[in-house]
Amino acid sequence: MSPAEVLGRRRGATSRLWRSELRLVFGRRRNQVLLVALGLVPVLVGVAVRLSNRGGAGPAFLNQVSSNGLFLVFTSLAVSLPLFLPLAVGVVSGDTIAGEAGAGTLRYLLVVPVSRPRVLVAKAVGSMVFAGAAVLTVAVVGLVVGGLLFGLGDVTLLSGDSVSLLDGIVRGLLVALYVTLSLSGLVVLGLFVSTLTEVPVAAMATTIVLAVTSAVLDSLPQLAVVHPYLLTHHWLDFGELLRSQVDVSSLLGGLLVQVGWVAVAGSLAWARFTTADVTA
Amino acid sequence: MDGVDLQVPRGAVFGFLGPNGSGKTTTIRMLLGLVAPTSGTIELLGEAMPDRAMAVLPRVGALVEGPAFHPYLSGRANLARLDAVDATADPRTARARAGAALERVGLAAVAGKKFRQYSLGMKQRLGIAAALLQPRQLLILDEPTNGLDPQGTREVRTLVRELAADGTTVLLSSHLLAEIEQVCSHVGIMSRGRLLRQGPIAELGVGMGATVHVRTTPSGVATAARVLGRLGLTGVSVDVTDVTAELGATAAEDVTAALVHDGVAVRGLAVTRPSLEDTFVALTGEGFDVAR
Repeated sequence: MSPAEVLGRRRGATSRLWRSELRLVFGRRRNQVLLVALGLVPVLVGVAVRLSNRGGAGPAFLNQVSSNGLFLVFTSLAVSLPLFLPLAVGVVSGDTIAGEAGAGTLRYLLVVPVSRPRVLVAKAVGSMVFAGAAVLTVAVVGLVVGGLLFGLGDVTLLSGDSVSLLDGIVRGLLVALYVTLSLSGLVVLGLFVSTLTEVPVAAMATTIVLAVTSAVLDSLPQLAVVHPYLLTHHWLDFGELLRSQVDVSSLLGGLLVQVGWVAVAGSLAWARFTTADVTA
Repeated sequence: MDGVDLQVPRGAVFGFLGPNGSGKTTTIRMLLGLVAPTSGTIELLGEAMPDRAMAVLPRVGALVEGPAFHPYLSGRANLARLDAVDATADPRTARARAGAALERVGLAAVAGKKFRQYSLGMKQRLGIAAALLQPRQLLILDEPTNGLDPQGTREVRTLVRELAADGTTVLLSSHLLAEIEQVCSHVGIMSRGRLLRQGPIAELGVGMGATVHVRTTPSGVATAARVLGRLGLTGVSVDVTDVTAELGATAAEDVTAALVHDGVAVRGLAVTRPSLEDTFVALTGEGFDVAR
């Protein structure tokens, strides 16, 4: 091998970096506990519905759960979206850079060397995959628990039509995908916050507070003019996928807002992290 | 920091000294591209930093301001992590290289233990192992013996000598002057962001000259002092049985010969050179205050 080859970037280096990042995220006990806790949400909702026959107002799709277990997936996601999912995502994405800086491992990462943009992208990938895993945990446990407690069958959509169970499950997967992508803005926002501090808990708390703040703003009718651009405004739009005629443009609108947040927070994170002094 | 130009010859072991807050670690951080200077440029191995970091840093192993690893991963897993993020590393040899590095610092037996269960000395060794994952041209070791027991300190000393013998250049920052004196071929002393002096360790004390002590009989001191003065030695001082003077450029054996020739009963003759500590304190000043 020539020196240039020895010093050059090897093929597969990026996938190796990303796999290492994923091992770090999913190997960490705290993150495993977060996933288990999220898995308990459908169990809790399912058992509550099973034990009580009381109908009436509640989270979205709650009334359909007892007739078809698949709806437990959607109810659980609707229940988890305001707090539990942002919490899990905030903990992991807030920890990305700040956690490494706080532990001092960031300086060793950078002198390996890994270029700072590569670190940032790998961290974003790790958090994004974790967000997907969190959503999938809720969905899969919801499906299993719903099936066990209420049985599965043909799905009556919100529009009144009936579709096969398979069609329903595919819609369930699309819902999980939409919810995951809806969290991308928060993931990158957490990444940016994480570049600002060496105290991971501060970054996690700030990220979660940002999500909650967005939800609070979204609930104030006086601010209706900014609602469509809020981070959390379109999160529950996934119900659209449960109609026979899916209004794709409204879903894309929701995702476009996330693209905007990813672009803004991503640029800020890049600007901050590529110029920051690493003194921890 | 002001115009610090460290000249570390290839294959040398360079001791980087300075009081707390003198800018040693900041210099190392700048060299590694971790912090940016307020103005000016930085070169490492002849390449501009941090622009050429991706080309230079693979040739540099570093232990900066103490070891830092993921506490909930084992020593081996921590090394695997660092190797996995290295785009130039060969994944096929990763296990073998990590094993060899752990072996070299004596951690093979506890490689599977979690980092947070390591003692300070074990952590320090793992930090050195991480720097040895790849063959390096330059090793930057900031306080490598911090927290090590005497055996560990000796092992690090031997390791540094071995690495230097293999042609690796070592930049060793330490407060332990005795340590530096034992392993370093070259020394640089920093104070208040400036490099006060650097060069081969043997030449460092030159400005301060060696001292010759002659012990003789009470009746011989006067003659002895006269002989030393005739030889051109300065600062001659007389005690009851001892005569002391600055040796300057005169050879000690010439002094002995002249003394014996003039019939002085020489009972003892010693030449003392200023220790590294003397030189260090003379250059950076006494006192306990952190330099501003």
